[in-house]
Amino acid sequence: MLEEEPVSLHEAPTRSLNMIEAINEALDITMARDPDIVIMGEDVGFFGGVFRATAGLQTKYGKNRVFDSPINECGIVGAAVGMAAYGLRPVPEIQFADYIYPGLDQLVSEAARLRYRSAGEFIAPITIRSPFGGGIFGGQTHSQSPEALFTHVAGLKTVIPSTPHDAKGLLIAAIEDNDPVIFFEPKRIYNGPFDGNYDSPSKTWKSHSGGKVPEGYYSIPLGKARTVREGSAMTVLVYGTMVHVAEAVLEAKGVDAEIIDLRTLVPLDIEAVEKSVEKTGKCLVIHEATRTSGFGAELAALVQERCFYHLEAPIERVTGFDTPYPHSLEWAYFPGPVRIGEAVDRLMKD
Amino acid sequence: MAESPVRSGKPRGNLPPLEFHVPEPRYRPGDTVDYSHLVIPEAGTVTRPDEACDARDTWPLTTDLIRVLDDAGYALGPWNPHLDPETLRRILRMMALTRAFDDRMYRGQRQGKTSFYMKSTGEEAISVACAFALAEDDMVFPSYRQQGILISRGYPLVEMINQIYSNRADRLKGRQLPIMYSAKDYGFFTISGNLATQFPQAVGWAMASAIKGDTRIATSFIGEGSSAEGDFHAAMTFAAVYNAPVVLNVVNNQWAISSFSGFAGAERTTFAARAAGYGIAGLRVDGNDALAVYAAMEWAANRARANKGPTLIEHFTYRAEGHSTSDDPSAYRSAREAEEWPLGDPITRLKNHLVALGEWSDEQHAGMDKALAEDVRAATKEAEKNGILGHGLHHPFHTMFEDVFEELPWHLREQAEQAIRERRTKWPEWKE
Repeated sequence: MLEEEPVSLHEAPTRSLNMIEAINEALDITMARDPDIVIMGEDVGFFGGVFRATAGLQTKYGKNRVFDSPINECGIVGAAVGMAAYGLRPVPEIQFADYIYPGLDQLVSEAARLRYRSAGEFIAPITIRSPFGGGIFGGQTHSQSPEALFTHVAGLKTVIPSTPHDAKGLLIAAIEDNDPVIFFEPKRIYNGPFDGNYDSPSKTWKSHSGGKVPEGYYSIPLGKARTVREGSAMTVLVYGTMVHVAEAVLEAKGVDAEIIDLRTLVPLDIEAVEKSVEKTGKCLVIHEATRTSGFGAELAALVQERCFYHLEAPIERVTGFDTPYPHSLEWAYFPGPVRIGEAVDRLMKD
Repeated sequence: MAESPVRSGKPRGNLPPLEFHVPEPRYRPGDTVDYSHLVIPEAGTVTRPDEACDARDTWPLTTDLIRVLDDAGYALGPWNPHLDPETLRRILRMMALTRAFDDRMYRGQRQGKTSFYMKSTGEEAISVACAFALAEDDMVFPSYRQQGILISRGYPLVEMINQIYSNRADRLKGRQLPIMYSAKDYGFFTISGNLATQFPQAVGWAMASAIKGDTRIATSFIGEGSSAEGDFHAAMTFAAVYNAPVVLNVVNNQWAISSFSGFAGAERTTFAARAAGYGIAGLRVDGNDALAVYAAMEWAANRARANKGPTLIEHFTYRAEGHSTSDDPSAYRSAREAEEWPLGDPITRLKNHLVALGEWSDEQHAGMDKALAEDVRAATKEAEKNGILGHGLHHPFHTMFEDVFEELPWHLREQAEQAIRERRTKWPEWKE
């Protein structure tokens, strides 16, 4: 694993891109560098994907390398495993994370276990890209955050970016990684950061530092968290869309929190977590996914096991509710500013 | 709002109750067996369409049965592959070696040398003849009963036994259930215990081969029982959509553990007939006839290699023994089924053919069997030097945590340390 971000990251000129454009650029750059990279998925070819992430790639790289697939996630992942066994590096798109379940056996029992069960004879350097999360009125089948299903599986890496800058660098690293990577793209923030105030006008990435994306090739090592802001009052462990919601809430409350964007859930940057909690003595874990057995439970357990004597208050967990993602009441489900604010108040009271 | 006066749907009237159907095999333990319902055409009577034909031209063959060897041991008809006697003897030898190996490994399991074994008795023609009809570097995505392919490709028996014993020389480091081999250098994909997953993977491999302009094709094998999995539909759909250079085989051995083929749909149609719904070529072949199997695989491989598309082959056969060493078929099926199977034994049939040709004799056959049993015995002794299951001669302890990922992440490093600590607590003398 790379220890440092390449210098080119800081030297290259940047432009303002949204997350879709950054992902598209990552795909383009890696495909140009490696002829073994192929993209398949529902509507990814001529049309360029329902979210436009693969726009223009079929024209540029041909139908042999970018092509539509049948609506069959078992087939998409299964074929990707076979392609990887041949020596290709497939980057399939699952149109919505909610659609990934028919491919679960091929992911859990096959892609994730290939290296182990064949003692390294066969590997699965597959990156599954999939938009996830809610806040776009997607109803219960276009809003889910199933990351904990994948972090639970030995042999899978799970990556979730929170800015266009990180999306490009992390996706390049994921594609170059020799293990299967689940790359969940928080679709609520494809076009701009989101502070959790759904009734306010939406923002674009133009005015956000994370929207400034270096030109050309760079990668962000998997397993490295990003400190969004330093602080001493509490540690906030967060990823994806919720990074921006947390940032806005804590700023509005004037709390000097240290916000850690995990970026990779497995392998987790445990050092960054420990270092911060030891400093602040308080920990708030936030995710949009349902609460019970969510990744927040893992984070809370790790912090308790490793930082217990530094803790000055119980660990707080803010999550979505244990219901399906409702359509009309999606903002009642969403762990927004009120829910986060309450948890912050509880932590600050102790 | 007022209720609408108009509603759709017609009155049902007075109807008999609906009936729920649960398939039931014809024979249970103790039953006499009558196979007269099976339609078995004479050898040599089925037409052989051109390998480049339209897929639909094969569909009559999906409910027929391609047979080459007749009861007297002669090879007949357009599917006769006209193999020279030396090749026939090599196929016979590999089938006999597979059976000898199975017998020895079965005994080894009963003697406690390993936990588990699966024989392919009665199905040797399918693996071995397919291996001979393919190029040696065509990629095989096998199920757990294609040991005949590995053996035919010359994979060392000692390596197979090391894997079965999970000993310190096991290339798979003792991680896989016995017989779940992996041999990339022999074009043999790592076997999964999850059924039918290899079917769409084979299609993906074939797609990759076509993407790269390669000339190698892929083939995969599943049982008729697991053809009920969604993976079968995924594989057939992808194979059809991308015209993938792949040969998909369903080995219909009538039984999936205790579930007869009716639970995969055999009461309604043949497994080969599924090809028609996807618009790909389909063949149904006598799986106990090595020449018919060879001819069908050769036809399909040539077709795939010529970019004419995928083929589904149903190999109609009978699982002569239990599903595995953990299974007792006398609890659910009649022993007479295997004894009276109308398509005979594949080794006996090929042997009779060579004898009929004047190219083989009973004495030669007995001599070969004796020599093969000795070869297997010698390989077993050799492998046992590396240990048998549970006798300490396994791979170094730390390998348990390797290969989960390319590099060991912190959490696995910590868990490895814990595992070693636990071991030292239990066996203070233990050294890695």
